[in-house]
Amino acid sequence: MDQSILTEIKKAAKKSLKAKENELSDTAKQIEILNGELFADGELPYFKDKIAESGQFPLKPAKLEILQINVGYMCNQVCEHCHVDAGPDRKEIMTRETMEQCLEVIRSTGAHTLDLTGGAPEMNPHFRWFVEEASKAGIKDFIVRSNLTIILANKKYHDLPEFFKKHNVHVVSSMPHYTRGKTDKQRGDGVFDKSIRALQMLNKVGYGMPDSDLRLDLVYNPSGAFLPTDQAALEHDFKKALKEDFDIDFHNLFAITNLPISRFLDYLMASDNYEDYMYALVEAFNPAAVANVMCTNTISVGWDGWLYDCDFNQMLDLKVASKVKHIKDYNEDLLNNRDIVISQHCYGCTAGAGSSCQGTVA
Amino acid sequence: MANSYYDPADLRKFGKITEWSEELGNKFFDYYGKVFEEGALSAREKSLIALAVSHVVKCPYCIDAYTKDGLQRGITKEEMMEAVHVGAAIESGATLVHGVQMMNKYNKLSM
Repeated sequence: MDQSILTEIKKAAKKSLKAKENELSDTAKQIEILNGELFADGELPYFKDKIAESGQFPLKPAKLEILQINVGYMCNQVCEHCHVDAGPDRKEIMTRETMEQCLEVIRSTGAHTLDLTGGAPEMNPHFRWFVEEASKAGIKDFIVRSNLTIILANKKYHDLPEFFKKHNVHVVSSMPHYTRGKTDKQRGDGVFDKSIRALQMLNKVGYGMPDSDLRLDLVYNPSGAFLPTDQAALEHDFKKALKEDFDIDFHNLFAITNLPISRFLDYLMASDNYEDYMYALVEAFNPAAVANVMCTNTISVGWDGWLYDCDFNQMLDLKVASKVKHIKDYNEDLLNNRDIVISQHCYGCTAGAGSSCQGTVA
Repeated sequence: MANSYYDPADLRKFGKITEWSEELGNKFFDYYGKVFEEGALSAREKSLIALAVSHVVKCPYCIDAYTKDGLQRGITKEEMMEAVHVGAAIESGATLVHGVQMMNKYNKLSM
């Protein structure tokens, strides 16, 4: 793409869309684009019509397996592709009161996985208390999505690897590439070196080692307007490069497709890649991925306690289509009867081998 | 008709060639798909070969397609550019090796 446009985007990317008062910080504007002429004129099929072809509309939940809680949009990084539009200027942070309500649900849920995300979840002032309390609930798999650099951002975070270990937390971290250039381009200057140091600190306490129960997985997002390729091949390349260059071990790599919302949508529009990207997503549509898409086994809880089918719907402010809409009224049986709310961004989770917060699904 | 020989949007319509010759079109796409599967060569290696050949045959559609394919596979820009140089080296070599023919002819015709 044109270097001058790229420079402009990079300059502007240091703030969230919200802080810049960018029109795309308005979720209604994003939905208007996703329902725009590309689909309205029939050039591409609406997601609803596409899944109806394979008899998968309306999309219904299967068994609830994952409770994903977003504890706030504040982050020490401002990544160009971020679907949360997270950053240091975001003040939306889960309160202790909402966390108490979450804990009640965590203690009674049938889900086997608890998945904390953000922003940088560690920046929530109640984060450590929340992890301590949640870890007592006996959930089988307790994930914290850590951006790695937070561990080095301030002295008070340096002991996070030990803290995670103490509570047997499964650490899942973003790493867009095993080379410095690509990582820093997407996530900001210096992010690669800090991420490498953080991974080495996690390895040091036992995370990610071949026979270790301390799980360390990496998340790969394409750094641009293209889809991820075969997850196993990428994992092989990442493992080889990170081991050879930095003596880093990790368990699995999750390849996640960037969904055309928020900051990534802004990038697609500004770089004139939106149409091609939507074509690529629709062409790669895979009905087998629809059957296992993460909204069928996940409930996403927002920082203010509202419930969503997934973290992406949360960022588009598309609340669950259920009588129960807030964590304080949580009822798993009622929620499991809902229809999942969909729009054209959902093509991002059904392309190729599919995409979820746990990587490919088909 | 577009007033340019190449339109990037035409690449998306490649599959339509089967509409005017279904059997041959389908045979081509089956063959094409098979060629790029993981084999004695990895799909990654094949992608780089395809990128180099795309430049040698100077196909803008192929260059777009295999640059994107390389990005998807996590292939770095350094690897991509080296592949292009391999293609360019063979192409320039193919020109220059004919210099021997020129020399032979020159010598034959000269006293």
